[in-house]
Amino acid sequence: MSSQAMTAQTTTDTNTAGFVSSRRWLLWSGIAALCAWVLVPIYLVALGALGGRQGVYQWPKTGLPTGISIDPFLLFLRTEGVVQSFLNSLGAAGITVALSIILGAPAGYALARYNFHGKDSYRLLVLLTRAFPLAILALPLTVSFIRLGLYDTIVGVGLIHTVLALPFAALVTQGIFLGVPKELEEAAWVFGCTRVQAFFKVVVPLALPGIVATAVFAFVISWNEVFAASVLTVRNRTLTAYLLTVLSESPMHYRFAGGLMLILPSVVFIFAVRRYLFAIWGISSK
Amino acid sequence: MTNNRSWIPYLLILPSVAFLGLLFVVPLVQTIWLAMSDNGMPSLANAERMVNDINFARSVRNTFLLTIVVVPVQLCIALVMGTLVAKVGRGRETILWIWTIPLGISDLAAGLVWLSILQNTGYFNSALFGLGIIERQASWLSYQTPVALFLAIAIAEIWRGTAIVMVIIVAGLNQVPKEFREAAEIFGAGPWTRFWRITLPLIRPALQSALILRTVLAFEVFAVVYALGGRNFPVLVGEAYYWQNQNQNYGVAAAYAVLIMIISLAATLVYLKAIKVDPERLP
Amino acid sequence: MKRLMSFGILASTVLAFASPVLAQTVFVSTQLRPIEEATVVREELLQDVGKVDYVVEEPPQFAVRMEAERQAGKHTVSLVGALHGELSPLADKDQLEPLDDLATKLAAAGMPQSVLDLGKLGKSNQQYIPWMQATYVMAARKEALEYLPAGIDVNALTYDQLIAWGKKLQEETGQPQIGFPAGPKGLMARYFQGYFYPSFTGGVVRTFQNADAAAGWEKLKELWTYVNPNSTNYDFMQEPLAAGEVMVAWDHVARLKSAISASPDDYVVFPAPAGPKGRGYMPVIAGLAIPKGAPDAAGATKVIEHLTTPDVQLLTASRVGFFPTLNVQLPEDLDPGVALLAGAVTATQASKDALISLLPVGLGDKGGEFNKVYMDAFQRIVLQNEPITDVLKAQGATMTKLMTDTKAPCWAPDAKSDGPCPVE
Repeated sequence: MSSQAMTAQTTTDTNTAGFVSSRRWLLWSGIAALCAWVLVPIYLVALGALGGRQGVYQWPKTGLPTGISIDPFLLFLRTEGVVQSFLNSLGAAGITVALSIILGAPAGYALARYNFHGKDSYRLLVLLTRAFPLAILALPLTVSFIRLGLYDTIVGVGLIHTVLALPFAALVTQGIFLGVPKELEEAAWVFGCTRVQAFFKVVVPLALPGIVATAVFAFVISWNEVFAASVLTVRNRTLTAYLLTVLSESPMHYRFAGGLMLILPSVVFIFAVRRYLFAIWGISSK
Repeated sequence: MTNNRSWIPYLLILPSVAFLGLLFVVPLVQTIWLAMSDNGMPSLANAERMVNDINFARSVRNTFLLTIVVVPVQLCIALVMGTLVAKVGRGRETILWIWTIPLGISDLAAGLVWLSILQNTGYFNSALFGLGIIERQASWLSYQTPVALFLAIAIAEIWRGTAIVMVIIVAGLNQVPKEFREAAEIFGAGPWTRFWRITLPLIRPALQSALILRTVLAFEVFAVVYALGGRNFPVLVGEAYYWQNQNQNYGVAAAYAVLIMIISLAATLVYLKAIKVDPERLP
Repeated sequence: MKRLMSFGILASTVLAFASPVLAQTVFVSTQLRPIEEATVVREELLQDVGKVDYVVEEPPQFAVRMEAERQAGKHTVSLVGALHGELSPLADKDQLEPLDDLATKLAAAGMPQSVLDLGKLGKSNQQYIPWMQATYVMAARKEALEYLPAGIDVNALTYDQLIAWGKKLQEETGQPQIGFPAGPKGLMARYFQGYFYPSFTGGVVRTFQNADAAAGWEKLKELWTYVNPNSTNYDFMQEPLAAGEVMVAWDHVARLKSAISASPDDYVVFPAPAGPKGRGYMPVIAGLAIPKGAPDAAGATKVIEHLTTPDVQLLTASRVGFFPTLNVQLPEDLDPGVALLAGAVTATQASKDALISLLPVGLGDKGGEFNKVYMDAFQRIVLQNEPITDVLKAQGATMTKLMTDTKAPCWAPDAKSDGPCPVE
């Protein structure tokens, strides 16, 4: 990336100094505007969450952090069920991450390294899961889940979220394995490694950052899913499912507090993997 | 690709196929049957019911309209983001992080965020009031202001959904070898020509996956629309949800779901045909 | 990163296997869902009845869950609390335990037989025990009274007077000040079934498309010009009232309560307006029922008995704004907001032209589609300005089909029918 910056530098150096600074200015104001576009709405909902009941009805609003306190948010956190459902969300997301990597990564590897009959059909199957609104599958799934004893369990929710995350994991890991040069793997075979050894000694270390990022995506997918989770649980609610039932009919400041609570973890997750984010979409990095 | 052990790939995909078969294909088939049957007999009654409903035509129109507006705008913003960030050295990671934040925000939360801004006593009205543009609270989300409502929903969707396009596009741009651009510069190509002739064709695979993913997701838009406009702005998934939950008619809900699936698949095929990815460039 | 991941997996495994087998009575309720009310239920109303897990659920998910548990034949829910209309599909599928013993006891304890009979849902056995009741009223901020045209008694309002009031409010404040809960989760369909149709036509189903109905829709269109257009986004009128977006609103008492209890001195509460055929009103009943196959039927019975004691019924009224089904006197020192609402309820019932409209019976799981007939008519006539007679004819055909499919006989205020209720 520094090379790109340098390219930009050399192009601009040839121009006059005034032109350079005005272009720089344009660049940075564009970037600042786009950052504000993302951040300001989050700031405003945080104000709503911290402003309490009075803040919601205040008119006109100033948009300044006046009259805010952490109390409304703490009150929300103390409400029965919030902490438990937060833990449930973590659990379901953990299962989703584990299953979608364990099941998805081998498929991604197969798609990346082999040509086989049915490859396109497999891709179609994967695409179908994305093209069909999962909420509608809730009823048939609920019935089978009750029979299997998975109903109202975190495992059941994790399984359904894996349906959402698995195709994604397969496609993304395909990209990652494509990014690991086949030659390296073949070289390992030459030096006497078995395929399995070569995979774990050569491919895995190189693909690990991408796989971790995939894991975090699976985490985010599960974390944000609402409908399946709310139909499949009664007591063991995930956070989103819990929020959906209690929030839609709660006062505005509760809703904003809930919104903030949903946003904060994802901000942290994205921060944790920002470095790998762009690697995972690498279709070929030759 | 040489290989004499042709069973290996099948072994590798088998667990995921079995998993999806059990938890996706089986209920999917059940749902399709639900849509295409009536009292255990094959029938088009549910589809008829769906097509004749007063909100059917509007929800189809709204969904398509939203997709047609939102997806290209997202693509443009993502391309702008990609181009801008390529010119930055230090601070690049932080900027990209900020731009990617909406990726992790659920539609439920995004709807709440924009509701706090656009409701009657919200920040948008406050700002307009402060600037003296309006004298009292104006409503933007009612059935009497369909254009404003549409714009509000489109803006919220653009806010939430651009990040994923951006990630794919930036990843694609990263892979464009800089030699290509340098060569073009030497031959005197301007920035526009470089963009249209060099960059865009080279990121075709990224464009294709971004468009497919975003379009399919756009056809499934619901929670944002619901949070902002309630039923003032019917969309397909929303109608499916209402038929299932409010009206308790699973047959019609299933018919909607099948329709959405058909539309999404059709759109995907169009993209696959329209944006041909040179097989040579595919790995 | 790796540690984060392994932590996640570990945590999930622990959680998955540690979720204990709870020996609690699971009580699923579609009522008293908002956080503040659910907390009252858990911490006050269910305090002394042993371990009860109070779970709230929106009606749609409730229906999906009960249907799924029935199909699978395995039950987690021991007790359900839901509206009359939400329990009726369950009774139709023969999913509820008969509760005749409890009903006999409660009749002796002073629950009016007319109320108890609602819990039979048209069957021979007691399907549910009436738990709480409520109705719909209108509320206005006191400053709106300044614009009330002279000579109008707010407690005996007619539609013409409401329109005149709305007109004056709009002219003098510059914006429409009347609000209705016509949002996706609002109870607007009940307005048509319990208020609008009875008031204008004296019926609900039979009179759906007659000349009186057409005249009523004309009036509603006139009224709607003074109604805040955000009404199609409002689910609970207490919020726009408290936010000052509207000054006058119609809604369910429990959905007005938080605004009125917060500042009872700022509001007046009064009956809904009367039309040419009377002052329609609809009592709402929430009931408690035990699903067949409930894992802890004994515990559930105990909870029902507890919730229907006079003390708990009064506590319910003062804390959450639902009124007792038992025949008990509300105390003087009631929450002032609830007292205001209760006053309007009494005024409605006592008004000379009161016309009671019952909740639909016998529609089974078609209750949602029944509501849709009215809401579609509303959307087409009022919002999309389509010709009234055409719309009523089309929606009337849908209604006829619905009634024939469900074979539901007429209910009050419609005259009794042999066989399905006809649309005349």
